[in-house]
Amino acid sequence: MNGTKFALLLMLTGAATFGAAWLIGNAYVFFAGYVVLQYIALATAWNVLGGYTGYVNFGTAAFFALGAYTTVVLHKLTALPIPIMMLVGGLVSGVVGLGTGYLTLRLRGAFFSIATLALAVVVQTLITNWNFVGGSRGAYIVRPPTAPLLGIDYIQYLFLIMLLLVVLVLATARAIERSRLGYGFATIRDDEVAAEASGVPTLRLKLLATTMSGAFMGMAGAPLPYYVTYLDPASGFSLAYAVNGVAMPLVGGTSSWLGPVIGAILLGTLQQVATVTISSALNLLIVGLMLVAFVIVAPNGILGLLQDARERFRRPFAGRSQA
Amino acid sequence: MTPGTLLEVSGLGKRFGGFVALESIELTVAENERVGLIGPNGSGKSTLVNCMCGTLRHEMGTVRFAGRLLDGLSAHERTRLGLARSFQLPRPFNTLSLADNLRVPLLYSGRHGGQPIDARCMELLHMVGLADKSDRLPRDLTQIEMRKLELARAMAADPRLLIADEAMAGLSHGEVDDILSLLIRLNGQGVTVILIEHIMRAVMHFSQRLVVLVAGRKIADGNPTDVVRAPDVVRAYLGE
Ligand SMILES: Nc1ncnc2c1ncn2[C@@H]1O[C@H](COP(=O)(O)OP(=O)(O)O)[C@@H](O)[C@H]1O
Ligand SMILES: [Mg+2]
Repeated sequence: MNGTKFALLLMLTGAATFGAAWLIGNAYVFFAGYVVLQYIALATAWNVLGGYTGYVNFGTAAFFALGAYTTVVLHKLTALPIPIMMLVGGLVSGVVGLGTGYLTLRLRGAFFSIATLALAVVVQTLITNWNFVGGSRGAYIVRPPTAPLLGIDYIQYLFLIMLLLVVLVLATARAIERSRLGYGFATIRDDEVAAEASGVPTLRLKLLATTMSGAFMGMAGAPLPYYVTYLDPASGFSLAYAVNGVAMPLVGGTSSWLGPVIGAILLGTLQQVATVTISSALNLLIVGLMLVAFVIVAPNGILGLLQDARERFRRPFAGRSQA
Repeated sequence: MTPGTLLEVSGLGKRFGGFVALESIELTVAENERVGLIGPNGSGKSTLVNCMCGTLRHEMGTVRFAGRLLDGLSAHERTRLGLARSFQLPRPFNTLSLADNLRVPLLYSGRHGGQPIDARCMELLHMVGLADKSDRLPRDLTQIEMRKLELARAMAADPRLLIADEAMAGLSHGEVDDILSLLIRLNGQGVTVILIEHIMRAVMHFSQRLVVLVAGRKIADGNPTDVVRAPDVVRAYLGE
């Protein structure tokens, strides 16, 4: 399947998703669905850096919140449509991603991860002390009841926008996997020294990955103020984003675009159900336990389990012990 | 740089902390030459390769390749100029199939001509006898097969100068001959080759010129049969 066909298929799936939600006719479906979609975008964005190049980013919340706060700023200054705000939010977070990549060029493994954690703390501190966007008090966004042009309910509009972002992000992620760039990213994950010796410009590709990953996270965060109508640093920089950003791809499997989607739908839905039936306080506990369980039992995630099963089916007698 | 010279290393020095790994190395390699590089373990052969190819930075001296000063160029830029090497300890891309391991230099060295990449991957795997494992992962290979993969990946970069760092260790007599004739064939097609090897039979058969490193210094450089008889070299190998 080529990229265009895949994008078309994604759009059809998206349209079907929207249609199904519409048919159910319950406002809560859009409300909860938005969060799941947002997590698909976020997990896929994380995976572009974490899965493809192997650089584990613990600062998802920073890139996400920067997108959201860009919208707060724009909302106060002008009246732009949300898709434009998403582009600006993506630009801001992309530039910060580029800067982060540049400052951490020589950091590998855990040191890189710690640096991203530090970035999140710095950005949150800056926003908390910035009065224009409400500081620690937070900012209110007045949301119109219906969407411009389409005239549909605003939550449905946000759901639709997030759905489109998911299509864009997934099409991009899959295109990367099958391209020269994807092979370059994979060699960075496997062995940077050997990659350089094979002609791969590892530093440039790493910067590309931090920029793209950051930009998509910012785009995913941009509509948030309109969704919550009240944004403060504690919710924008919530630990939930950092933890889910890592857990969803790892649980689903980082080797392909499908992994983060599976992880985000599974964990995202689980958390929405838990929020309604038990309490949202349990969410991070659930995600944390799942993450630990998968890291121990199935380090390649659900995709890895599926691949192993298929491999065993295909070559039932190929024992590794012969090697 | 005299005409016909492809590689020129001069005054190259490399330290690891206080330890002098290489000292004032002078080495020139002519276009299309076959040079053997020998020396006891730890004498600095791999370190020299790493410095020439940009994997390690050296403190002193210069490396020129094809008339260009390589100082400050990163490893991938040197590969793109046509300087490729295999690693003594194989460093395969573990999540990529064997064919895809070779696809990387074909995609990135910028030196691959018109031939379809898939076909070229298979051709290279065939040359080193790994064609039937093209869709396997490196973890399915033995250490020896990984050495062959290393060599094939260096060849995939379509180099002007190929440096094989102990690519034959552990190979059977027949396999050594196969790899040797492969390298000689490559050399016949115009590729300059530096062979680092402990198997003296192979080195003597292959080399038009032999260079000896001992404890980070070059102690001999010349006609292979003369070099292995030189008193310095005999002493270094057999002990006082
Ligand atoms: N990265 C490194 N850090 C510290 N010492 C090193 C490093 N690489 C090599 N050495 C040391 O440099 C010397 C030369 O090593 P090497 O070039 O691998 O020798 P050879 O390839 O001739 O066996 C050895 O004593 C080795 O321990
Ligand atoms: Mg060595």
